[in-house]
Amino acid sequence: MIIKKPSRRLAIDGDALLKDALKDIGHHIEQPLRRAFLQRSLTLGGLSLLSGCAIVDESSVENALMKVSRFNDKVQGWLFDPKRLAPTYPDSMITRPFPFNAYYDEDEIREVDEESYRLEVSGMVADKHAWTLAELRAMPQTDQVTRHICVEGWSAIGKWGGVPFASFLRKVGADLSAKYVGFKCADDYYTSIDMPTALHPQTLLTLTYDSQPLPPRYGFPMKLRMPTKLGYKNPKHIQAIFVTNTYPGGYWEDQGYNWFGGS
Amino acid sequence: MDNDTGLIHPLWVRVTHWINAVAVVILVTSGWKIYDASPLFGFRFPENITLGGWLGGAIQWHFAAMWLLFANGLVYLACNVISGRLRSKFFPLSPRAVLADVLAAVKGQLSHADLRHYNAVQRTAYLFVMLDSVLLVLSGLVLWKSVQFPVLRELLGGYEAARRVHFLAMAAMVAFAGVHLLMVALVPRTLLAMVRGR
Repeated sequence: MIIKKPSRRLAIDGDALLKDALKDIGHHIEQPLRRAFLQRSLTLGGLSLLSGCAIVDESSVENALMKVSRFNDKVQGWLFDPKRLAPTYPDSMITRPFPFNAYYDEDEIREVDEESYRLEVSGMVADKHAWTLAELRAMPQTDQVTRHICVEGWSAIGKWGGVPFASFLRKVGADLSAKYVGFKCADDYYTSIDMPTALHPQTLLTLTYDSQPLPPRYGFPMKLRMPTKLGYKNPKHIQAIFVTNTYPGGYWEDQGYNWFGGS
Repeated sequence: MDNDTGLIHPLWVRVTHWINAVAVVILVTSGWKIYDASPLFGFRFPENITLGGWLGGAIQWHFAAMWLLFANGLVYLACNVISGRLRSKFFPLSPRAVLADVLAAVKGQLSHADLRHYNAVQRTAYLFVMLDSVLLVLSGLVLWKSVQFPVLRELLGGYEAARRVHFLAMAAMVAFAGVHLLMVALVPRTLLAMVRGR
């Protein structure tokens, strides 16, 4: 695949953009959780007249939008080509510094102890033993330089290394016909993905960033990196992985972000 | 056909026009909210003219209304081509005719006596907004599914370039709508025609 290199001017724009993005992430995080976001959404903005006249029942609008979001999950599952690869880039195009992003501020980054760390594996898998970091590092590794696209719109290129998630799932004897793989994280984040994406060749149980052990800010000791999904679908500080047919949802997804979140 | 019935706009034009208007208002206002989450340029859209309340809500509106715009746009284009209206109403079109009509408009000499007839400026503007809508859908597709549509992505210069294309196409759409509304205000009969057809 031929990837067009951006012009120098674009690269500079990218830097400015990233600074803005970093600023915005802070702004974004400061806002509290909004489970009833649509109740506010209708009284704000263009459709305020409708709700004012009670033409539209707010909860029915909320339900309708959620239904469309579920429909969009299906469409994305259908559009997803398990063999189509996300573009890869030369090391020279890596965004430095790569932005920190989470639902909390940088001073709240969780420190996970390497010695006592165990990765729990449960659900529809044959081998449920807890993994040490050393065991994960002993598996065959690969790396990739890919674009991380945030739901907010900004993007940044980074270099991640680790174990192809498909090899890991096969190694633990996961039921590959199951619908979902769920993740629970040390920072209380949680999310879940579809099995075809879990088995995608670029989906990586990530142990390194830029050829160094994953630093805490990027999810030490381990994160899941998927260049075929938006940033919020890529969990950091993963403590538990489970394979299931029961929809597990996710931290942002339960608040209204699209579940499939694919790109 | 239209001449026989005295109809200015057939029913399908009016229905698709108003569905499109609703879709565009939702897409633009929710799109502004999404833009505000990570502004490409040095400004934000004021909160009170955006739709969705927060990023997740805005995205839900945007990704629902996109189907409305897409499906309605397909119906509009199909009817336009099949009925022969596209050819009869919008062509022929030449730069010279556009220039002549622009000059006439500036001098206040452009006739709006027959609303069934589109002058060269109108033809250009409506064709432009059709193409702009197509560009909005295609660039939006790249932003939504940049991995799944590699050819489209590279045609637009990559993900980051597609963001700019999508924004500029939105700006062009809003500019069109501004002029369009101004023209309707100047010739209010056109609004009546788009509602009841004559």
